[in-house]
Amino acid sequence: MSMTRRGLMAATAAAPVLMCVADARAQGIAPRRGGTLTTILQPEPPVLQIGVNNQGPTLIAAGKIFQGLIKFSPKLEPMPELAESWSLSDDKLTYTFKLRQNVKFHDGRPMTAEDVIFSVTKFHPEVAPRARAIFSRIDKAEAPDAHTVALTLKAPFEPFLLMFDVTACAIVPKHLFDGQDFRTAPAVQRPIGTGPFKFAEWQRGNFIRLERFEDYWKPGQPYLDAIIYRIVPDSQSRRLALETGQVMMTAAGDIEPFDVPAMRARPNLEVWTDGWEYFSPLSWIETNHRVPALADVRVRQAISRAINRDFIAQRLWFGVGKPATNPIASTTRFHDANVKLPGFDPRAAAQLLDAAGLRANAQGVRTTIKHLVLPYGEIWTRLSEYLRQSLRQVGINLELESTDAGSWARRIGAWEYETSINFVYQFGDPTLGVERTYVSSNIQKVTFTNTGGYSNPRVDALFATAREAQTAEERRAAFSEVQKILVEEVPQIWLMEMAFPTIHDKKVQNPVQLGTGVHASYDDVFLTA
Amino acid sequence: MDPSLLPGFLLRRVAKAAIVVLAIVVCNFFLIHAAPGDPASVIAGQSGAADERFIAQLREQFGLDRPLLVQLWIYVKGVLTLDLGFSHRQQVGVATLILERLPATLLLTGAAFLFAVGLGVTLGALAAGRVGRWADSLITVLALTFYATPIFWVGLMLVLVFSVWLEWLPSFGMMTVGADITGLARVPDVAKHLLLPALTLGLFYMAVYARLTRATMLEVADQDFVKTARAKGVPEGQVVRKHVLRNALLPVITFAGIQAGQLIGGSILVETVFAWPGIGRLAFEALLARDYPVLMGVFFVTSVMVVVFNLVTDLLYAVIDPRVEVSG
Repeated sequence: MSMTRRGLMAATAAAPVLMCVADARAQGIAPRRGGTLTTILQPEPPVLQIGVNNQGPTLIAAGKIFQGLIKFSPKLEPMPELAESWSLSDDKLTYTFKLRQNVKFHDGRPMTAEDVIFSVTKFHPEVAPRARAIFSRIDKAEAPDAHTVALTLKAPFEPFLLMFDVTACAIVPKHLFDGQDFRTAPAVQRPIGTGPFKFAEWQRGNFIRLERFEDYWKPGQPYLDAIIYRIVPDSQSRRLALETGQVMMTAAGDIEPFDVPAMRARPNLEVWTDGWEYFSPLSWIETNHRVPALADVRVRQAISRAINRDFIAQRLWFGVGKPATNPIASTTRFHDANVKLPGFDPRAAAQLLDAAGLRANAQGVRTTIKHLVLPYGEIWTRLSEYLRQSLRQVGINLELESTDAGSWARRIGAWEYETSINFVYQFGDPTLGVERTYVSSNIQKVTFTNTGGYSNPRVDALFATAREAQTAEERRAAFSEVQKILVEEVPQIWLMEMAFPTIHDKKVQNPVQLGTGVHASYDDVFLTA
Repeated sequence: MDPSLLPGFLLRRVAKAAIVVLAIVVCNFFLIHAAPGDPASVIAGQSGAADERFIAQLREQFGLDRPLLVQLWIYVKGVLTLDLGFSHRQQVGVATLILERLPATLLLTGAAFLFAVGLGVTLGALAAGRVGRWADSLITVLALTFYATPIFWVGLMLVLVFSVWLEWLPSFGMMTVGADITGLARVPDVAKHLLLPALTLGLFYMAVYARLTRATMLEVADQDFVKTARAKGVPEGQVVRKHVLRNALLPVITFAGIQAGQLIGGSILVETVFAWPGIGRLAFEALLARDYPVLMGVFFVTSVMVVVFNLVTDLLYAVIDPRVEVSG
């Protein structure tokens, strides 16, 4: 890759709206209409209705069928999608969205303010926990006319707009859901959205086919006739499918990181690692503070210093993603680049363990900690094996336990673990995706809450300040302070700012344009001849 | 075999089989529910965000909030009326899910089975007829190699040679998708996709049949009635076909009956490596997602098939060897 996307972004940062016409057209390639994009989806989603299911693969495929009011650039600037424009009242309470006039659902019915209000106030709050938490802050939802929506909040909420991406709040047709059980309505099996592609066929275990929606609101688009998602369960078979040209593109976790260098070396393929800025998954050693050794801040600091994050990023992930420096990923808003975890230093780690009173026995073991391996593929097993090696160097015996996805989720949710690996989406803003792991009000027996049980009143107060503050500046101050405290106390031991490789044949144009990458609608993706 | 005995025999066997299947259903139910985690916690784990209300809603929707015995009773009642239940996770009836996927598995395992039995018995007979000569040695070495080679490795090597180097055959899937191939044109397309997975699945069993046939044929060939046949001047080809092979086939049929049952479940690995949309993968993915109704449905269907295959095997004995009589 001669020029990274990030470099290109810097060049065009002054004109965010122009970014969607970046790569291909900047290189002078005119969009070509026609052709079918073949790619892979893994694991197979249970249903394609966003909201009813919000797994990664569901969001990728259904992101072509549904759309949100706005979408986000890699720098998380909002850009128009179903809303042409939007404004915020001076009291920071009322968000007014002007909707596009000519948008139709795939069943031919027009999309209006009624559908938007239904999606925001009824559909998503009923089925999706994240939408429930945020949209409950809405006091009034009104439609002054058929193409205007005014949402008035009970109190100002600065990150509100981030909730209107298709992956968080897809606009669904009110007439197909109203008055029914949203999870079992027939439309869940035949999803109807406003997106550039409509659902055509799904042979379970085999493929999902989406077809061009002829009445799409952008004239002449989408360029592709169809997108076919093949379901290929084995990672080596996926790699072969890409290498032999049986599919044109892979995304997310399709290709294992250790296979990425070989893909980079192939002249017909291109590898992106950006397009995940909106999600910014951060991985960490999940620590349960109810385990006496792990409740001691010195032990957590020692573990953190005994790990070489550069090694993990370069030798395990082969440069896909980068070392974490603090609890907020560098691509998430309010990341403070000046707050950094102390570096790799096994001797300092040993001193910290000495100070914590953990002395080595005759075998050189200070303490034994159990570790639940994340059952999401071989790369995670390799990571846990590396951690065992590194911690053994400082006298901590990490005892690995294998499990499957069902047991893992149950045991994390029930606090039945000592350490594990977890990675969590940050959704662009610490209030949306970081706070939940550290505030004591969110200590729950449910996955992706503060399952570790960390509790610090000062941290609680700072997150609350940042949540309620009206301006970005006030929020930034609170988040900077919280990052300092968390880096000092390492309640979770952060490892990597993760990214996932999007690998595609060079004839595929524009596959990664937004901060949501392959989750975008793909109305501007085309194939060169 | 006396044909008049057949209806009574079948009736008794079917009645026995029904009891066995019902016991399997109940055992499966408890085994599956003993696995840690439930569909709601799996979905919460996959969604990246959850709260207690979300999990409670899912448990209620899936019927998991009811006592286990009530859930069992509802399930058994359903099975007795041939209603296999509903996958709440996928919002589709279990019978639909299984019927969608069963043909693919039957095609794959059927092809592998025919290939294994056909080639295995032929090679075994050839080897037995040329015992000690180079053809026998070659076949024995080949059979031993495939017998000892792990199935996934065979699959990978076949893909490497035929898909990557020679580019003759596709490396995954059941058909070309999106090329508008319809009707009869589908047949060669599916056949091309079928070849590698069926070979992979069949090679191990082929080796077993070859070794089994060779061994039993050599054993039978030493027996007195074969010597008698030769002594009275029966041509050698007929001796081998009618006297030796036919008698040597009984152990082969026993093994084939067992294999036919195993093939349904044993194809999970091959279905995964070759992305074949069959029932084995359906079961495996249902297990990971704790999609109880789907998993129990697949177990039910496969146990019925094993019972049916056993019955067919017993009947075949009687056809091949008239001395065997059917009895309950």
